[in-house]
Amino acid sequence: MSPTDLPTDAAPAGVPAPAPLLRVRGLSKSFGTNRVLESIDLTVGRGRVLALIGPSGSGKTTILRCLNGLEVADGGTISINGEVTLDFGTAPARKELTGLRDRSAMVFQHYNLFPHKTVLENVIEGPIIVQGRPRAEATAEALALLGRVGLADKRDAHPFELSGGQQQRVGIVRALALRPQLLLFDEPTSSLDPELVGDVLRLIKELAVEGWTMVIVTHELEFAREVATEVAFVDGGTIVEHGDPKQLLRNPTQERTRQFLHRLLFPF
Amino acid sequence: MNQSTWDLFLSSLGPIVLGAVTGTIPLALVSFAVGLALALVLALMRLSRRRWISSIARVYISIVRGTPLLVQLFVIFYGLPSLGVLIDPWPSAVIAFSVNVGGYAAEVIRAAILSVPKGQWEAAYMIGMSHRRALTRIILPQAARVSVPPLSNTFISLVKDTSLASLILVTELFRQAQQVAAFSQEFMLLYLEAALVYWVICLVLSSVQGVLETRLDRYVAH
Ligand SMILES: Nc1ncnc2c1ncn2[C@@H]1O[C@H](COP(=O)(O)OP(=O)(O)OP(=O)(O)O)[C@@H](O)[C@H]1O
Ligand SMILES: [Mg+2]
Repeated sequence: MSPTDLPTDAAPAGVPAPAPLLRVRGLSKSFGTNRVLESIDLTVGRGRVLALIGPSGSGKTTILRCLNGLEVADGGTISINGEVTLDFGTAPARKELTGLRDRSAMVFQHYNLFPHKTVLENVIEGPIIVQGRPRAEATAEALALLGRVGLADKRDAHPFELSGGQQQRVGIVRALALRPQLLLFDEPTSSLDPELVGDVLRLIKELAVEGWTMVIVTHELEFAREVATEVAFVDGGTIVEHGDPKQLLRNPTQERTRQFLHRLLFPF
Repeated sequence: MNQSTWDLFLSSLGPIVLGAVTGTIPLALVSFAVGLALALVLALMRLSRRRWISSIARVYISIVRGTPLLVQLFVIFYGLPSLGVLIDPWPSAVIAFSVNVGGYAAEVIRAAILSVPKGQWEAAYMIGMSHRRALTRIILPQAARVSVPPLSNTFISLVKDTSLASLILVTELFRQAQQVAAFSQEFMLLYLEAALVYWVICLVLSSVQGVLETRLDRYVAH
């Protein structure tokens, strides 16, 4: 598995543009009186990679959690692939939230692997127990995925026996094994020791090349520039600026974006 | 220790150990099992979002923890008959001890469930689990590991507390010792001997607890 040519952004001439895989309109969320998300609009096409950047507390994690149905927004709509559309203006039924979860999978900042289960059990829990797929098939697929991230020999290890980088790769495999349409990453490398960051970023880059649709919250600007097809700067619960990574990260149009990037590049 | 004291010590060891094997130990095991099942239900009720459900559990736990075990035992065995409810010594003891363990272990289990990091719930939901499935497959197995040390302590206390059952005529370790003592008039010897047997049982249980703890500790999310 080596990175090949990046997929071209434009659809071939003559082919009508397909519906976006993810469409978010007017997403809002408050915790008590704290208005955390204010009318967020996002569109992510199939096979595209959106990087969310922004200061701490700006609402990036909350956006991902809403997309995965872990948090119930209190306004706006989320639709995935035109198959499920949730309107948070009316309280969504639990069944609809499940529809959201079935189509997306999340990789957590702190991995959140199940400590009482082995690596293999962590990966097949969802496919077998939740999705009801045959054990033999789910196990074979899990082992293939573990093999590709170089962890085949850790199948029977428990998470506490793994390094952070290995745990996060298991976290990614666990998400992939669910066969989601949309992958969500919440600062996937920010709990890792610096020397382990590269392995995980390389893996995510390979997934991008393979055509997975992803939303990634990250502070790794270089990574966002190289892997993302678009980037959005989130501040104070709104999307301040949105555009091409190379353009936006070098030449932001908004003063707030400029200040944020400057602080990230020159922390002291 | 002279010869006749030593002989009495040895000859009374038989009935005392018999009392432990046929009374104390099964009484503790049965009561603990029933009590744990009760405790799990109470802990889940206590964590319920529905106020009235958690209130019922809260009141139950408060009463059990706020009244002496001996009084609970007497209410069941000597009190209920005046309401026309007659229960034999053994079942009375099992009921009282189970009710008691239920109250104490409920708080232990509740705390253990709350100690499992929120991220575990989220990962379970993320892979598509329902609340019930997340609870039974992801949260409770981890909570069980966290609760081993406190629940072991509850069990060891229970083993000692079963001596109270002698007061409602259950044939167990201490009642056997009392009877030999009354017969031989060697109170100090027999009560010390009973204490010794309790101590040995608890030593064994403590070492089992130690093994369990080191074995289970590493599978807990920190
Ligand atoms: N469960 C919650 N209850 C109350 N407030 C919350 C909750 N979750 C998040 N918040 C608040 O929402 C705001 C946005 O949080 P969020 O975690 O989305 O920010 P973030 O952009 O991911 O920050 P960071 O870069 O530090 O991870 C913060 O002010 C936070 O305190
Ligand atoms: Mg965050």
